Amino acid sequence: MIGLEHYLTVAAALFVIGIFGLFLNRKNIIILLMSIELMLLAVNINFVAFSAYLGDLAGQVFTLFVLTVAAAEAAIGLAILVCFFRTRGTIDVEDVNVMKG
Amino acid sequence: MTVVLFTFYAFAVSTLLGGLMTVISRNPVHSVLWLILSFLSAAGLFVLLGAEFVAMLLMIVYVGAVAVLFLFVVMMLDVDFAELKAEMSKYMPLALLIGVIILMQLALALGVWGFSDGYQGRILAPVGTATNTAALGMLIYDKYLILFQLAGLILLVAMIGAIVLTLRHRVDIKRQSPVAQMMRDPALAMELKDVKPGQGL
Repeated sequence: MIGLEHYLTVAAALFVIGIFGLFLNRKNIIILLMSIELMLLAVNINFVAFSAYLGDLAGQVFTLFVLTVAAAEAAIGLAILVCFFRTRGTIDVEDVNVMKG
Repeated sequence: MTVVLFTFYAFAVSTLLGGLMTVISRNPVHSVLWLILSFLSAAGLFVLLGAEFVAMLLMIVYVGAVAVLFLFVVMMLDVDFAELKAEMSKYMPLALLIGVIILMQLALALGVWGFSDGYQGRILAPVGTATNTAALGMLIYDKYLILFQLAGLILLVAMIGAIVLTLRHRVDIKRQSPVAQMMRDPALAMELKDVKPGQGL
C-alpha cells in the first residue's frame, strides 16, 4: 500500500495550487470559485486518506458533507455572479463594492 | 505493487496538472475542462484508497453537476476574459511568493507530523467487514442521521436561494396565456366566405 505521506503531499500541493490561483486571478470570480473548489478537493483527499489509513469511516462521512457544502457554495456563488453580471455588466472583483442590486 | 504505484503517480500527476492548468489557463472554458480532469483523477485516487462510494459521488456531484454549472455560466456570460487575464502577470510574483511560503509551512508540518499515542482507541467508526457503500450507508443513516438531514437542508436552502437570486419577471416579452387559450370559442375562430368566380371579396 502506498504511504499516507504520498497522499498528504498531493493534497498539500493541490491546496497550494488553489491558493496560488486565488492570488493569480484577482479579477475573474469564476476562476476564484474554481480555485476554492480545488482547495476543498485537497481537503477531501486528506479526509479520505486518513480515513483509509486509520480504518475509520467517519472521515469519508465528513467528505460527503464537505462535498455538499461545496456544491451549495458553487450554486449560490454562480447565482450571485449571474445576478451581479446582469446589473453591472462585468465580473471584475474590484467593481464589487456595493451591496445594492 | 508496481502497478499500484504507477497508477497512484499517474493519478497524482494528472490531479496536480489539472489543478495548475485550471488556475493558469487563459480561456475559462479550458479552465473548467482542466478542473474536470482534476476531479476525475482525484476520484481515481479515492478508488485506490478503497473509498469507492466517495469516488463515484465525486464524479456525479463534481463532474456531473458543479463543473457543468461552471461551464454553463462561463458560456452564458458575455465577458471579455482576455481583458481580465491581461493583469495576470502583475499578480504572478505575489502569488508565487505566498504559494511558496504556504508550501514550505505545509512541508514543515508534514515533516514532524505523527499519530498521537492511543489513537486506536479514539476511532469513531471502525471499518467492518461490509463493503464501503454498505458501511457508509449504515453510518449516515444511523450515527450521523442529523448531520445527513442538515446537509439535505443546506442543499434545499442553496437551491431556493439560487432560484430566488436568478429569477426575474420580464414584462417586455410575449407569454402564453392558458386561460385565453381555454376560453377560446372554436365557432368564432374561423369565418367562411363564399367567393364568386372572377370576383374578389
